[in-house]
Amino acid sequence: MDFDYSDDQKFLKEEARKFLAAHCDVGVVRGVLDNADRSFDEKLWKGVAEQGWLGASIPEEHGGLGLGRVELCAIAEELGRAVAPIPFASTVYVLAEGLMAYGSDAQKASILPRIAAGEVIGCLATSEGPGVVGPATLQCRVDGGKLSGTKIPVTDGDVADIALVLASESGRPGLFLVDLKGAGVSRETLKSLDPTRGVAKIVFDGAPAERVGDAGAGFEVVQGVLDRAAVLLAFEQLGGADRCLEMAKEYALGRYAFGRVIAGYQAIKHKLADMYVKNEVARSNAYYGAWALNDGAQELPVAAAAARIAASEAFWFASKENIQVHGGMGFTWDVDCHLYYRRSRQLSLVAGAPKVWKERLVSELEKKNAA
Amino acid sequence: MDFNDSTEEAAYREKARAWLAENAAAHRAKWGELKPNTPEHMAAAKEWQATKASAGYACITWPAAIGGGGGTPIQSVIFGQEETKAGLGYGYFTIGLGMCVPTVMAFSDGETKKRFVSPAVRGDEIWCQLFSEPAGGSDVAALRTRAVKDGDEWVINGQKVWTTGAHYCDYGILLTRTDPDVPKHKGLTMFWIDMKDPAVECRPIHQMSGGREFNEVYFTDLRVKDSQRLGEVGDGWKVALVTLMNERLAVGGSAGPNYREIMKLARELAGATGPSLKDQSFREKLADWYVQSEGLKFTRFRTMTALSRGQTPGPESSIGKIISANQLQELANTAVEMEDQYGILSDPEVAPAEAAFQQSLMWAPGLRIAGGTDEILKNIIAERVLGLPGDVRVDKDVAFKDMPTGR
Ligand SMILES: Cc1cc2nc3c(=O)[nH]c(=O)nc-3n(C[C@H](O)[C@H](O)[C@H](O)COP(=O)(O)OP(=O)(O)OC[C@H]3O[C@@H](n4cnc5c(N)ncnc54)[C@H](O)[C@@H]3O)c2cc1C
Repeated sequence: MDFDYSDDQKFLKEEARKFLAAHCDVGVVRGVLDNADRSFDEKLWKGVAEQGWLGASIPEEHGGLGLGRVELCAIAEELGRAVAPIPFASTVYVLAEGLMAYGSDAQKASILPRIAAGEVIGCLATSEGPGVVGPATLQCRVDGGKLSGTKIPVTDGDVADIALVLASESGRPGLFLVDLKGAGVSRETLKSLDPTRGVAKIVFDGAPAERVGDAGAGFEVVQGVLDRAAVLLAFEQLGGADRCLEMAKEYALGRYAFGRVIAGYQAIKHKLADMYVKNEVARSNAYYGAWALNDGAQELPVAAAAARIAASEAFWFASKENIQVHGGMGFTWDVDCHLYYRRSRQLSLVAGAPKVWKERLVSELEKKNAA
Repeated sequence: MDFNDSTEEAAYREKARAWLAENAAAHRAKWGELKPNTPEHMAAAKEWQATKASAGYACITWPAAIGGGGGTPIQSVIFGQEETKAGLGYGYFTIGLGMCVPTVMAFSDGETKKRFVSPAVRGDEIWCQLFSEPAGGSDVAALRTRAVKDGDEWVINGQKVWTTGAHYCDYGILLTRTDPDVPKHKGLTMFWIDMKDPAVECRPIHQMSGGREFNEVYFTDLRVKDSQRLGEVGDGWKVALVTLMNERLAVGGSAGPNYREIMKLARELAGATGPSLKDQSFREKLADWYVQSEGLKFTRFRTMTALSRGQTPGPESSIGKIISANQLQELANTAVEMEDQYGILSDPEVAPAEAAFQQSLMWAPGLRIAGGTDEILKNIIAERVLGLPGDVRVDKDVAFKDMPTGR
């Protein structure tokens, strides 16, 4: 039984925390939040690239560090704690992991080294409007290797160099690699509920598109990409949820009302205990996801869904109750609670809302029990 | 990050499985026929306990010299998992072996240990925990049962309540008040007692679930020797804390149907617009239960990891009971509601499949109270895990006899 980080992984995690404490304090986050024309922090991005994190799990032959996925999970947890304002998830969890799972040798060889070097930002473009995108509603089309249609919103789409785009080809869905700096692409930055992460509307008009994964298997491929990303996102969510609990605790221990610290009042104590319970349930499910991701286990779809559902719930609860514990201060722009509240919503929605994952989990359980 | 067994763990599991395969089947066949809480059921439980003890599978972490298995905590967990998989496991010994006897071992002389430990391990003698009283449940230290010194003996008068198994137990550990003139935690003393003493009267309580597992216990001039004292006079709270700490480790997994059973039911039951399993609101609940049950399972794996690394799990294990007890209640209620009007039935002859959910529905309230209520467990997490201050204590420096008591 070895269901925890190893000593080496703990060391890596501590180093990541130290690096982020030094290079991603809340001033860095607010630098992006308060500045409408910046949607990530370039200096932090470079620093993260120098640490090797962008290529942590990319094989050495493609310029990465060749570490396992659990190491990447440890880094993700710290990035979540720091609400790091960088397009790490889109680039690493989606583009790099997606290419490693489904890309051709040529696609891997050309893009992975550039990701590891910090030269390329990625994004995933599936949504085409309000609601869940499905086979019946998919509008973006690829004809003769050229993509046309509109994707909205695309997280990090305003700054990304390369997109993975869900589109139909000869009436069958596929996932396509598109160079956003190339011809036939126009984009517009939009406001988002978490301004520390950019979003865009991207209009494709005959943009060259190259398929990733099998023809017609777009939904399966995108789901596979999302399963991988979900595990890593769960660790970011967990890191954020843990930080919320810590913030709430620190504040409650210092704030006096009716002659004593509010941390002594049971309504507050039980709230924090509830946060703790949800965070631990999320941590345990996330560990299972990490194991499944790292080992390429067939349990991944179920493990990823469970990790995502638990982490979304934990971060949502912790981020909203953290504000409550802070009282009026918690509702101000100057106190950091809202950074986590925003990020909790952003992370819950970016790879599909919890409702969608719950449905996926139950259908997987149905399949398992039918067999 | 791997929950597979290490080589040694796998070897132990293999051995345990082989032993269970050889020994459990005959026993289970017999056991399955018996109604719980009957003398025959108890006899079968004792027989199984003795069989385990002979093979070193009872009290695995205790030294072999006193009847235990001489093993490690992780081996104990592994055997427990295999025993559950084999469809066995009796509740009769949990309180005694999990809480009472360890307290006796920690606070009694060598002779007492020698006399009691092995028979308890073999299941020959069963123990109960006499802590709760009408005036002290969550607030155990508010108890009133008096013990007064008389020469080399103590004379005990008072009443306990909610004592699980008192009616079939042979011995018990009893927390008493020996000094009402000091604050409540300071005037307590612990003893072990013979439950068959004529001065001990046991009246089973009818539970809302229909069962009669717990009791009121009355003491009328019960005389115990000073050598039956566990720990020093006035140190009873310290002794009780050792018992309660063990309680957290002993009360573990949820008993009762989980997401699998309700999923099966939902597949078969008609809902308003098709099979209940296709109902969207049910599917979302099902996902939540799955995530919670699995989260709890993996939390236990994390505890096991701590054990394998030689660490001791702390008060964080309290989360287990909060989650499982509440989930059992919600899940059972959803099952009953899903059955619509038929959910009113609880006759096992007419509706055998539903009976398990009905039973859980009626048992879950007790589960949320026994071994620490939800509220007390949250206090434990808040104070001992998160380090938040204790509640305001108006009784801290007041002599017990001057404390406000209400009813
Ligand atoms: C099935 C079952 C088996 C049991 N077996 C045993 C046994 O073998 N031996 C034994 O000694 N006892 C046993 N008990 C007793 C059990 O430990 C107590 O019932 C439990 O500790 C609660 O105490 P109480 O019933 O007096 O409730 P109370 O303490 O009166 O609690 C009433 C309500 O007040 C709340 N409350 C109390 N104090 C606080 C506080 N500080 N903060 C917030 N809320 C508070 C409680 O959470 C609860 O909601 C058993 C109980 C059950 C249900």
